[in-house]
Amino acid sequence: MPKQPSLTSFWKAMWAVVWKDLSAERRSREIFSVMVVFSLLVVIISNFALDLNPKTQREITAGMLWITFTFAGTLGLNRSMAIEKENNCLDGLLLSPVDRTAILFGKVIGNLLFIFMVEIIVLPLFSIFNNINLLNAGLLITLVLGSIGYVVVGTFLSTITVQTRTGNILLPILQFPIILPVIISAVRASTFFLQNQPMELIWPNLNLMIAFDLIYIALGVIFFDYLVEE
Amino acid sequence: MAEIIVQKLVKRFGLKSVLKGLDFEAKAGEFVGLLGPNGAGKTTLLRILASLSRPTIGLVKVAGFRLPQQAAGVRASLGVLSHQTMLYGNLSGEENLKFFGKVYNVGDLETRIIEVLDLVDLAKRRRDLVRTYSRGMAQRLAIARAMIHNPAILLLDEPYTGLDQDASLMLDAILKQIAAQGRTVVMTSHDLVRTAELCSRFDVLSRGKIIASARRGEIPRDGLLAFYRQAINPEREVENA
Repeated sequence: MPKQPSLTSFWKAMWAVVWKDLSAERRSREIFSVMVVFSLLVVIISNFALDLNPKTQREITAGMLWITFTFAGTLGLNRSMAIEKENNCLDGLLLSPVDRTAILFGKVIGNLLFIFMVEIIVLPLFSIFNNINLLNAGLLITLVLGSIGYVVVGTFLSTITVQTRTGNILLPILQFPIILPVIISAVRASTFFLQNQPMELIWPNLNLMIAFDLIYIALGVIFFDYLVEE
Repeated sequence: MAEIIVQKLVKRFGLKSVLKGLDFEAKAGEFVGLLGPNGAGKTTLLRILASLSRPTIGLVKVAGFRLPQQAAGVRASLGVLSHQTMLYGNLSGEENLKFFGKVYNVGDLETRIIEVLDLVDLAKRRRDLVRTYSRGMAQRLAIARAMIHNPAILLLDEPYTGLDQDASLMLDAILKQIAAQGRTVVMTSHDLVRTAELCSRFDVLSRGKIIASARRGEIPRDGLLAFYRQAINPEREVENA
């Protein structure tokens, strides 16, 4: 029996992937700029296209926010995995002696950081354009929980769709039906927080998002290795 | 002792069998040239050896580790170079090596990066983004990437594809240097001249099986083409004779 060579720890490999994604993005700004520009366009167009009274505006703000982040996120996820496809870099990653879920979680954390940065930029602008205070702790928690579920599923699925010729189109078609529960809960929780509704109404939505996040993280751990092998 | 052992390997994609009970072996320090027509199964075999693809049936052992059960051990023991560089265009050469060095858990990474950059003569361009490299330079950096963890085994899948004459000559020199270090190398190629020059053994793969094998001394110096043709199409070679 040969001596087992030293394998890279899960954390070291995961942070190496995050470092690599952030370093590449710092140079190219291919992911972040596309997501921000798209989000700003949605904010501006919706502001001018929908001439709403304050009450209605308050009711639909959360929905508009999540539509913006969902579509902007899809653009980012597609690009993030397309980078791994160029020059067959994904194979380079898969050849390394690491637990492959470290690669998945490295990509997930990188994508989460991109979407959080977009949210940090878009939220104040949304507040200004719609004259609503969105700097609400409850809303921020909802954004974090919703974004985690969205990004875990999206990163997982983008490793499949990037292998196909129609990957850019296929990702939202596969992803949106799966993330529907988390998006519906996120929109409802966000709306209730903005309307200062009691926590009894909000908790079921937060719980569903937490359960969704945990289930899809577990599925990622179980199936990612099989998914990336032929 | 054999570094690579493959016995009765079958690989199926759906109903199509690409490898059909293939037997293959590479001893420590051997440089094996894997020849064969397109679709013979050369790349499939290398992907299985690299743990990128699972064998359907059969025994596969690399560096003493069995696949797919001990895949991490196999991955730590081998370097892979293909015609695709597996490098990130938006990172510099040095950053690419730093990243792969981290995921391979390379000790004293800074020193090792300098060593492999010197090996491929890219030290001066180490801070430039890989997307600004020529094809030849990117392929040289890909060798540095494959060598960053000092692997005992190297798998080369059509490494000359897309290289111009100068870049190919440079790759020749680097591969000779790597082979001289006593590593086990398996290379697929359609370039018989280069294969004849570099390899110590030649295996011909056709329709999912190794159909002929010869050591360098067993065939005439310029006889690899005839050996290959004879293996692929023995009847036509008899007619020609």
